Amino acid sequence: MVTVLTESGEHTMPAAESRGDALWAPAAEVRVTTGWEAKPEGLCQGDVCVPLPAGRERELVDGERINLAALWRHLGRPALHSARGDVWVLGESAQQRAAALASLEAPDFTLPDVNGRMLRLSDYRGQKVLLVTWASW
Amino acid sequence: MWQALYEELAPRGFVVLSVAMDSRDPDPLPWIEAAKPTYPVLIDREHRLAELYGIVNVPQAVWIDEAGRIVRPAEAAGAYEGFRKMNRQTREMPEDVARLTAHAKATYLDAIRDWVRAGVRSEHAFTGEQARAHLPAITADVATAQAMFRLGQILLRRGERAEAERWLQEASRLHPDSWCIWRQSAGVNDQGLAALPDFWERVDALGENRYYLPVDMKGMP
Repeated sequence: MVTVLTESGEHTMPAAESRGDALWAPAAEVRVTTGWEAKPEGLCQGDVCVPLPAGRERELVDGERINLAALWRHLGRPALHSARGDVWVLGESAQQRAAALASLEAPDFTLPDVNGRMLRLSDYRGQKVLLVTWASW
Repeated sequence: MWQALYEELAPRGFVVLSVAMDSRDPDPLPWIEAAKPTYPVLIDREHRLAELYGIVNVPQAVWIDEAGRIVRPAEAAGAYEGFRKMNRQTREMPEDVARLTAHAKATYLDAIRDWVRAGVRSEHAFTGEQARAHLPAITADVATAQAMFRLGQILLRRGERAEAERWLQEASRLHPDSWCIWRQSAGVNDQGLAALPDFWERVDALGENRYYLPVDMKGMP
């Protein structure tokens, strides 16, 4: 079992296997966790498809299993894991972050307030928002 | 600092969302209770805002309009680095520096008032082009550092302190401009204040460089 942190949150992948810098998981788990799936044209998320790199297909797809870490690196996104391989972070790329900001549409997020109630930035549409950070020291 | 402004401007459709970039448990809470804010106070242990908005320090703020568009990207929120000139024993500030600090704060608060009153016609509301020109740079190292920070935080929660600390320090090394990452990586075994000597050392190492990048706002010191 592997805990995987993605942009959408924290996921448990019961049948995933961490082997060195590879993270192999059944296609069904990969789809549920990340939205990526194997298709004839390559690996796809929604309408976006990435062809498998020629000669390195088996690094990314092996039968019914997908190497999520190799896919992430192929996409130029950070893929990091704990020493024991029980926790992985599959991050967004710098280009994705920069493009989202350049759209000037304020990236939405959900965070808990001090009472544990989840609040979402977009709940405040219709008001001007001063989003301001602080720390206790 | 924000409560009075919030009360003044809330009737005009303005809200403050205050986000604690704090990971240590449970440290933000006593501070929040002391301040008794009536606006929402959120806790961001994994520094989601740093990932999404390029936040590197506190207090930094982003102005977002009614349609959810960024009007001013992340920048120092009325803060001036006068603390660098204070007497570290007595915590006294030279008078001229204290005046500049107060001036930076007042300038920033007045700019918010003007924006809330005048909207896009405010001289402090960036056009789209200006806002894009002021966006923080997100490099591959920055994106990787934020992923490392997140890994460090989950390892901390799981009690893997030694490994967590390695990831947090590596994140800080990759993204040295981020005081937010450094703050959480410095002395994770201690209360934050125990890291104060390290903080001053890091501030002094800035030399002529700024602790807060200059804010492009008329009247701002």
